[in-house]
Formats: sequence, structure tokens, C-alpha cells
Amino acid sequence: MRQKILGIVTAVTTFISAGTAFAGPEAEVLHWWTSGGEARSAAALVAEFEANGGTWQDMPVAGGGGDAAMQALRARVLSGNAPTAAQIKGPSIQEWYSQGVLADLDDVAKAEGWDTLLPASIANHMKCGGKYCAAPVNVHRVDWIWANADVLARAGIDMPTTWAEFNSAAKTLLGMGIIPLAHGGQAWQDATVFETVALGIGGPEFFHKAFVELDMSVLGSDTMEAVFDQMRIMRGFVDPNFSGRDWNLATAMVINGEAAFQIMGDWAKGEFTAAGKSPGKDFLCASTPGAGYLYNVDSFAMFAVKGADKIAGQKLLAKLVVGESFQTVFNLNKGSIPARIGTPLDKFDYCARQSAYDMEVASGNDSLLPSYAHGMALRGAQAGAITDVVTNHFNSDMKSSDAVKALVAAIKDSL
Amino acid sequence: MVNKKSSAGSIGFVEYLIPKIQRIGIYLVLVVFAAYYLMPLFVMLTTSLKSLEEIRTGSFISLPRGIDLSSWKIAWSEACTGVKCQGLRPYMLNSFLIAVPAVAISTMVGAINGYVLSHWKFRGANLIFGMMLFGCFVPFQVILLPMAIVLGKLGVAGSISGLVLVHVVYGLGFTTLFFRNYFVTVSDEITRAAKIDGAGFFRIFYSIFLPLSAPIFVVTIIWQFTQIWNDFLFGVSFSQAGTQPVTVALNNIVNSTTGVKQYNVDMAAAILAALPTLLVYILAGKYFIRGLTAGAVKG
Amino acid sequence: MFARFEKQIPKLVLAPSFSAVLIFVYAFMAWTVYIAFTKSTIMPMYKLNGVLQFGRLARSPRWETAIENLFIFGILFIVISTVLGLFLAILLDQRIRSEGALRSIFLYPMALSFIVTGTAWKWILNPGTGIEAFVRSWGFSSFKFDWLVNPDFAIYTIVIAGVWQSAGFVMALFLAGLRSVNQEIIYAAMVDGISTRRIYTKIILPSMAPVFMSAVIVLSHLAIKSFDLVVALTGGGPGYQTDLPATFMYAMAFSRGDLGQAAASATVMLMTVVAIIVPYLYSELRSKNG
Repeated sequence: MRQKILGIVTAVTTFISAGTAFAGPEAEVLHWWTSGGEARSAAALVAEFEANGGTWQDMPVAGGGGDAAMQALRARVLSGNAPTAAQIKGPSIQEWYSQGVLADLDDVAKAEGWDTLLPASIANHMKCGGKYCAAPVNVHRVDWIWANADVLARAGIDMPTTWAEFNSAAKTLLGMGIIPLAHGGQAWQDATVFETVALGIGGPEFFHKAFVELDMSVLGSDTMEAVFDQMRIMRGFVDPNFSGRDWNLATAMVINGEAAFQIMGDWAKGEFTAAGKSPGKDFLCASTPGAGYLYNVDSFAMFAVKGADKIAGQKLLAKLVVGESFQTVFNLNKGSIPARIGTPLDKFDYCARQSAYDMEVASGNDSLLPSYAHGMALRGAQAGAITDVVTNHFNSDMKSSDAVKALVAAIKDSL
Repeated sequence: MVNKKSSAGSIGFVEYLIPKIQRIGIYLVLVVFAAYYLMPLFVMLTTSLKSLEEIRTGSFISLPRGIDLSSWKIAWSEACTGVKCQGLRPYMLNSFLIAVPAVAISTMVGAINGYVLSHWKFRGANLIFGMMLFGCFVPFQVILLPMAIVLGKLGVAGSISGLVLVHVVYGLGFTTLFFRNYFVTVSDEITRAAKIDGAGFFRIFYSIFLPLSAPIFVVTIIWQFTQIWNDFLFGVSFSQAGTQPVTVALNNIVNSTTGVKQYNVDMAAAILAALPTLLVYILAGKYFIRGLTAGAVKG
Repeated sequence: MFARFEKQIPKLVLAPSFSAVLIFVYAFMAWTVYIAFTKSTIMPMYKLNGVLQFGRLARSPRWETAIENLFIFGILFIVISTVLGLFLAILLDQRIRSEGALRSIFLYPMALSFIVTGTAWKWILNPGTGIEAFVRSWGFSSFKFDWLVNPDFAIYTIVIAGVWQSAGFVMALFLAGLRSVNQEIIYAAMVDGISTRRIYTKIILPSMAPVFMSAVIVLSHLAIKSFDLVVALTGGGPGYQTDLPATFMYAMAFSRGDLGQAAASATVMLMTVVAIIVPYLYSELRSKNG
């Protein structure tokens, strides 16, 4: 007993005093990959990190799609005890940079040739003041529509390519007593559906003006009203119990044939495969009706920390994250595709390969767009202001014209 | 005086007044409410014993087809709380390392504060008490960020000692309140007599007040232990790799956003994480009521 | 000399706690109020910027909902918990067999955090998986209990779960109160042939006024701090129909990176707390030592 207590005490004290002398690369990594599949894929990174002599300290904080992690991060940075690396994405990388707390990764990027390895639009998200300050992990596509192949065959419908087709397919399904759209009524899921509808109805240019540039005339336009009209129609395609449902339960409804479609990013694929379903046979994937490609890129930003071992840890981590082996292993598990150009895709399924192909096409014709719903397009305050309106409209009987007015007002007030 | 009112038995008169039929009614009502109260625990327990397949296909409110304890094992030592997959076990230790000193310190300090505020009043003592009490009502989200700055300045950011400090500080209001209200019921004459006999401040505390305070210690310790053990907000904000408490680990298991959910493991983990506080309430519940009876109730 | 020192001991003993409270409660509150007058985004900024944040708050329909909800939730939660707690306490006080077990059952929710029970409650209250589906499976196919997913009623499910967690504690308070009522008066009343109901309403309950007060204070502090409850049960939804000030503030501060707005909402919350608590503390402390 006494020995045990002594053991604890020494463990605690060594922990507190750890990291004085250079003991090889070291990284404390704040992230929210805590589910079994994610953890296993991230474990591959840890193994690689440790094989290169590094020490990995894990700081996982799940919940709210990273909200809890951001809370922890803020407290850590304010207390002058920033983690070595943190999972941050989209414009918040530059927001953190503007606070002067991020480290510079340019030398790693130069040595590794990130400029040629990463698509320009993704590379731009990783740069602060022209220099690399974050490393991309993957590219999730958000504008996916998933379907139960069997249900579609029975109903005699194809994957919809326009929203009008979707609506008429949904009416057929309703007539058969099948829920057309499996949906979870959480604000971020409402926003996910909304942005795919906006992209489909308004097109890529409209999307960019509205949700990247925050062009007031576009936000208040008739097209935006049409987007809300379509949301109102889709409200009729979900079951009455959708409120608060987790996205994976919505996926389960598609898996067991209770519902036909789900609009969700490619992480949903993991639920299908975990249930033993195979893509193309049991379930179908396609981009949501309309042109364009909405991406959601997970990335790691490095914080300015002291100590040679920590800095070495950051550089090693950045190098490995963009490395081919991690990009392959991680994305195979996560459902996303590698951010690194030229990663062999032969182990990936056809949904992933289509995603990679579409991304290339989209980046060629200016329709590769950041997802607003997943924090890639706007700062949190602005994205949140839009989501408030979207979710309030979807969950009430608000008129589309009022929603558009509320949207403009909310953006004006969002700083 | 304290002990006159602490007759732990029930009021004896009612059985003369309430006829048998009504008593059956009372039992019925109590059982209905007990069912309402047990429902969530029932759902958690049964779910933790089911296989994932059974959960996917069946209703949440149904008995498990068989008893499958594997989720419990996974939750305890194998579930992934991040890159590491060691279950809740290592985090339980952290929680104990945080809760035990924090409960002990906040209770002791509360006891002596309560003693001062009830029997050694000075000008402004009531104001001080009021100000400390008000601290109980501040929503904790409000003080997260300034707290982070201060912890950084003190050099205890991310450490167990930092978390202990936070819990002690925000527990003081309640512990002081409990002890003060308890000690108020002790007659002033006792202290006066002791002072005449030459006993000092600490002497009176040790030899008169401490021996009297077992019931209120129980109440305070239960209250504090529950609060601190269940805390998530402070735990997630002021910890770092290696010091995260069990609630954070539980949250990592339960609240992952883009992964496949294992509800049986979630539930087993939830019950495991709650076991210490549950045990405290079940084992010490009787003393809790007694302690409250003995004086904490008098507002 | 020593006697003078001796006189200072109580103050010295109290000093560390008091200074801790001054810093960790009052200075922090001041910090938050200050931040409410700045344009802070993801991190605090200290350049003052007028009352802009309060204007934004006043125009925010979401904040309006949150405040409304606090009143609905707060009042219902406090009233129902108090009534139910008292009711259970009176029943338990009737020389009930297996009182210990029942008491533990009513008290155990207090020991659990909503991180633990949230998922279970969500399933129970969800019409598709919980009570509604269960009752319907017995053949009552028109049974309806869809509050959780109904924007107009979702806030009441928060009350249900909140009461579940706290009424047991209130019961404990009242049970303790009942057991410290002076029994001689009750016996005297019984001898005089006064009915049980009148004994309760005229003698026992009035003598427990302080217990009511403690209960209401504990409950209002829980109501104002309610956060986990909403996060675990509805996440603020449907839409933002079940947002409370605490969840609003949290969303602004941490998921939105809108610290100034969060601080402004916190300031309003603090003012609400002051308005409720300070008069109570004042009257309590005065009446006792006046």
C-alpha cells in the first residue's frame, strides 16, 4: 500500500517536472478523435511518431464536434500552457494566428515540398501570413447523399441529380410509408443539409458569395429564399422524431431500410461499413444534387511552445501528418480522402475514389468550396449566426422571406 | 441544542391517524415514484448488458436477452478515450487524486470558517459570510477564462494541484454555509464558559466543536465529493494530458462525434464512472439525512 | 499583547478564504463585466468598445428565447421539485417499511452527473425509442408523448429530468425538517383531536419555513447553473428552443469564438443572480442577528 502511494506520488511529481532536458521529440496533442475507429487510425500516427523517437502525450477532448476541445484549448492558451499541437481547422487557424500564439512550420513544409503535395485551396487554409502554420490530415466531402440501395430499387427511383428529382422521389417514398430523409435535428446537421441545398440551388458562385464573402445582396436574394423554401419542403420529408437525433442513428435508419436517404459528410460511410454493408451494393453514395464540392479539412495547428524537444516534436508531427502512410491509414478508417496529392487510392472504395476525382474536377472549375457548416468558410461567430437562423427556420413555421431577413440581420450583427 | 432535535426516528403519531387502506395507497404512490426514479438507471444497466446487435434491433426499454459483461470489461480497461485505449481505469485514479485532497481541504477550511462565522463574529462578519455565499451562485462558465489566466500565473495550469485549488475555492461557499448553519445551533453559553475557563480559539474548536460535528461532516463530505467527482467543466478546462479526470474520459467515450457508437460500452462506462458517488449515497445516505436533520437544514 | 493577538485570530483564520473569494469570485466577475465592454473574439482583448455587445444581445432572438426559457424552466423546476420533494418526504415519514431503500432510490440521481444519465434520458423521452414506443407496443397505439421533439414542449422535458435529479435532495431536506419538528406540540394537537391535515398545514409546515427557504435557494442556484441538463438532453434543440442563458453563453464563448458577446450575456446573468440572491441574503443575515 505504502509503496503504491509512493509510486503515485513519484508518478505525479515526475509528470509535473517532465520536460526539462532534451529527451527527443515530444508532443502533447489536443484532439477530439475518440471513437474506436478514429482512435485506431490516430494510433497509427502515434506508432510512427514513437518509431521516430518521439514521445506522444495524448490530450483527447470529445464533444460537440470540437466545442469542448476548443474550450480546453482556450483555457490552456490563456494559462500560458498551450498544447504542442491542436486539432483546429478552417479560418480559426488564422484567428489563432492573429493572437500570436501559433508556431511557424515553413521549414518543414519547404523540406517536404507541401506546395506541390497539397491542392492550392487546401494549402491556403494551412497558411498564416504566407507561411505554413498547420498540417492537413484529410479531406472530408460534406455534400454527400447516402441511400439504401434496396429501398431505392423497390421504389424504382435513381439517385436524384436535381432537387426537383429529390422531391418527387421523396413523395414516392412517402406513399410507400418509407421515411424519405433520415435526419438528426441538431443545429449542425440542419446546417449541413442547408448548405448542400444552397450549393445545389444557387450554384458554386452563389455559395461562395453568400457563405465565404458574406455578400449582403446575395444573402438577402430571392435565390436564398428559394433555398429556404426547399428546406421547408424537406422538413416534410423527415420523420416526426428527428429532433436531437445523433447523426449515426439517422444513418442506422438508412441501413435498416426505415429511411431511404441521408445527407451527411463521408464519415457516415464508417457506420455503413461497421454494419457490414458494402458501398455500391447495399448502400449508394452520390454527391447531393447540383454542381460543386464542399470540403471539410481536418488539420493540426502547432502552438508556439518553448523547449527544443517540443519544437522537434512539432516538426516531426507535421512531417508525419502529411506523410503518405498516415494519410492512407487514417483516411481509410475515417471515410475521408487524403489531402496529399498523389496518394495511391487503390485501397479506397469507390465512394472515396469518386470524391477524389470530383475534387480534382471541382478545383479545376472553381467549384471546390469550403463547408460553412463545418467551420471551413467563416469565423465561428458568423457561421454560428447563420446556423441559428437555419435551425430556427427548420424547426418552426417561419416563412422563408422572414428567414432571409433574419439571416441578413444576424450577419450584420455578427461582427 | 443539537442533539435534542436529531431524533432519527419518524414522527410516531401518524400511524394512529392514517388507516390501513390509506397506507397501502402511500406505498403505491411511493413505488410509482421509485419506478420513475429508477428508469434511467434501469435503461443504463440493461443496455450495458446487451450486445450492440441487440441494441440496434430492439427497444431501449427491454430486458436483455442474455447477460453479456464484455462491455464492462471494455469500458474499464480497453475502451478508447483517445489514441490510448486503456478504458476508464487510469482516469479514475486522477479523479481520486483530485477529489480526496479537495474534499478534505475544503471541508476543513469550511469547518473553521463556519466556527468563526457563528461564534467569533466581528464587525463585518455577516457581510463576509454573505459575500462567500454569493460565490455559490456564480455560474462556473463565467469564471473559466480568468481562472485559466490565474492558474497560469500561479504555475499550476494543467496540474492536479491546480484542479484541487479550483475545487477548494469554489467549494468554500457551501462548506462554510453548512458548518456555519450547524454551529449556530450550538449555544453561545458553551463557548462563553470555555473562554472563562481559559480555553482559546483553537482549543474550543478542537475540544468542543469538532466532537459535535460528525453529522455535518458527513453531509459536507458527501456534498463536496459528489460535486467534485462529477465536475466536467473544470476538469476539461484545467487538465492536460495525464491529469484528465474520469468525467472527461467518460465524455470522450460517450460523446465522440464522427465515430461508430457503442452504446453498451457507453453505458457501462457511465455506470463505472458514477460508481464511487453512487456508493457514497447508498452507504452513507442514512447519515446524510441525519446530518441534515441535525442542523444543516436551518437556513 | 497576546490577548490582542488572540482577538485577531478569527479574522486571520478567515482571511485566506475571504481573499480567495475576493479574487476568484469578485475579481473574476469584474473581469467578465469588463470583457463585456470590449470586442473580444476568440481571446480576450482589453480595448474598451462601449455597449455594443449589449446591443447585439438585445437584438438576438436566440438570447430572448434563452431568457424566456430560464423563467419557464426556473419557476417550474423550483415549484415542482419543492412540491414533489415535500410530498415524498411526508410519505416517507409515515413509518414506511424499507424507508432506507426508497430514500436511496430518491437520492441517487443527485450522485450522477448528466454526462452519465443524459443518453438514457434522451432515449426514454424520445418518442421513437422510449416511453411512447413502449406504451404503444402494449397496444395503446394512439398514446403520444413527444415533448422532446416538439419545439413548444421540449423545455418541459428539461424540467422533467431536472426535477428527477433534484427532488430527491429536496426530499432529504424536508425529511430532515419533519424529523426536527417539536413532537410535543404535535402530541398536544393530537390530544386536542385536530385532524392530520390540519396538523400538517397549521403546525408542521409553518414551522418548516426555513427549510422551504433552503430548498428554494439550493434549487434556484441549480436552475441558474443548469447546463449539463440541456446539453445532454436536447443540445439546445429543436432549433434553439431549449437554450438557457448558461448554454447560450457557453456556445458564444467556446464554439463561436465570440467572447465579448458571451461576457455580455454572463453580465446579464450575474445581474439576475444578484437581483434574486442579494435581497434574500440580506434579509436572512439581518433577521438572524439583527
